[in-house]
Amino acid sequence: MWEYSDKLKELFLHPKNIGEIENPDAVGEVGNIVCGDALKLTLSIDKETQKITDAKFQTFGCASAIASSSALTEMIIGKTLEEARRITNKDIAEYLGGLPDEKMHCSVMGKEALDAAIADYKGLEKPIHAEERIICKCFDVSEEKIKKVALENHLTTVEEITNYTKAGGGCGTCIPDIEALLKEIWSLKAIPKAPTTPKKLTNLQKIALIQDIIEREIRPKLQSDGGDLELIDIEGNKVTVALRAMCLSCPMGDITIKGIQERLREFVSPDIIVEAQ
Amino acid sequence: MKTIYLDNNATTAIAPEVYEAMIPYLTELYGNPSSMHTFGGQLHKKIEEARSKVAVLINATPDEIIFTSCGTESDNTAIMSAAEAFPHKKHIITTKVEHPAVLNFCRRLARKNYRITYLPVDSLGRLDMELLYKSLDDDTAVVSIMYANNETGVIFPIKEIAQTLRERNILFHTDAVQVAGKLPIDVKDLGVDMLSLSGHKIHAPKGVGIIYVRKGVRFNPYIIGGHQEKGRRGGTENVASIIALSKACELAKRSLDIEMNHVARLRDKLEKGLLENCPDCRVNGDRNNRLPNTTNISFEFVEGEAILLRLNEYGICASSGSACTSGSLEPSHVLRAMGVPFTAIHGSIRFSLSRYNTEEEIDIVIDVTKQIIKDLRNISPYGKGLSALKN
Repeated sequence: MWEYSDKLKELFLHPKNIGEIENPDAVGEVGNIVCGDALKLTLSIDKETQKITDAKFQTFGCASAIASSSALTEMIIGKTLEEARRITNKDIAEYLGGLPDEKMHCSVMGKEALDAAIADYKGLEKPIHAEERIICKCFDVSEEKIKKVALENHLTTVEEITNYTKAGGGCGTCIPDIEALLKEIWSLKAIPKAPTTPKKLTNLQKIALIQDIIEREIRPKLQSDGGDLELIDIEGNKVTVALRAMCLSCPMGDITIKGIQERLREFVSPDIIVEAQ
Repeated sequence: MKTIYLDNNATTAIAPEVYEAMIPYLTELYGNPSSMHTFGGQLHKKIEEARSKVAVLINATPDEIIFTSCGTESDNTAIMSAAEAFPHKKHIITTKVEHPAVLNFCRRLARKNYRITYLPVDSLGRLDMELLYKSLDDDTAVVSIMYANNETGVIFPIKEIAQTLRERNILFHTDAVQVAGKLPIDVKDLGVDMLSLSGHKIHAPKGVGIIYVRKGVRFNPYIIGGHQEKGRRGGTENVASIIALSKACELAKRSLDIEMNHVARLRDKLEKGLLENCPDCRVNGDRNNRLPNTTNISFEFVEGEAILLRLNEYGICASSGSACTSGSLEPSHVLRAMGVPFTAIHGSIRFSLSRYNTEEEIDIVIDVTKQIIKDLRNISPYGKGLSALKN
């Protein structure tokens, strides 16, 4: 049984804004019945103010899909298109008081329907399906979608990708492709080597850079071996971290910490000292 | 709110008589049956009495019964024992619709150089018998085929299969967990070599099961330990649960008539009521050859988890083959093997009854389900039928 929040249960049992707007100004349709969930979103938009004056949904799917759809409509009514566009799937999940990891794809479906509706209103052409590279054939998930969701939600493992997009959750043959894609995404994002004469960083810049490197460079590597890391504090040049998951029981803990220190020295500043909590 | 429990293929209520019977063994009679002193040693006799009562339910002799911790252990044990009995044989035959206790154990053996044949079923969930016979060869160590399917209730022709396998001298195991207490089981008439039963499916508590091993069949223990169960299953006996299981077997034998008539009638009433009151729904599985307590119905255009959680609001318990209800994103392997369209699997609900269900409960379930399906279809973009969407 899923651990659903009270808010989610309430919206599932008594969803708001069910139905279809007649003569809508925008329509967003995502998912399909074979994959197990689908959402049709219709919007009324005030031409002058660009405000969403009404939104209705129809959803085929589980409790969290229905609740996510209801939440989405409540969140966007009264907002301008520009404001609505900035809503992320994380915002939808937060509105619901959180979603179980395995159900994050329901919030992604909401966000996708909203994007599709906005694109429809602006008269943007939908990407031609045939040209998309489909990674997961079971759930019809494109490379583009995986990349987008991975970047927006900072996903680094196949399991996370499955939770957020369903890709890889069927027959599993695309798992190596997803792994390759993740590698590609995060190596592209990796910070370029520090210039030979590094600029003096402000404290804020330094903290941001350290956080960034830990998130993008170090944690994915540890996680791929079942380990993990948490950044505890940064004080001057001293970076305190705590090893998590498999790293806790790993006898190589000291070497891991040294490796992290070398990485940060290379990218941030040669005088960084890393200590385990 | 009163619970209306229609999920008896998942687990059952402990019968009041069973609860009563086991209490002394959870309180004052806590000894170890292997002990030399009377306080413990007297329990050994109780276990042997229990063994006789269990044997009666399936027409076995007491020494053909080995107590285990659950149906899964019994299934694992049967297959492993057969594999070890014929170490040179590296082929196992089972079906695509088995319980995970058999299916995943076979998958594990596949990684250890075993060749596994997973027999298909047709759209009604019936086994391809011809393919079964064609798949047999000199390398086949064991065939493991369930007696009845847990999701659809469809019954397989175990007696017929056993006859053929006996002629071919190939070991045959059947998982009869879903059949016990619902239909008579006679191991002598069936002619199987090994058979698994589980306590909690027949109104005993969880954590106890049996494996029947026909006299003369080579057996290798799976759980290795002390001399319990004549060295065939190590581990101090779960005395209270074994007593409970024997009581449950006694009750099951007496209640067979109720299960096959009263329960079947309630199931038919429920099925008829739902089919008549909800358009676009279908029964999954062979309606002419099913357990008397099970119905598996697909409601098109709605999703199973949503149906279950709405039923839950009324205290009604059932289960679904929908992907969203499993830990994975995969919908029911049983319904997929039957070629049920994905659209119908997502909206599949299994109702499984027991002798404790009443006519009034069934009336309530029909009424409530009817309304839930209507409401959810009202939310669904496919509510007016698939054609409405794309136009």
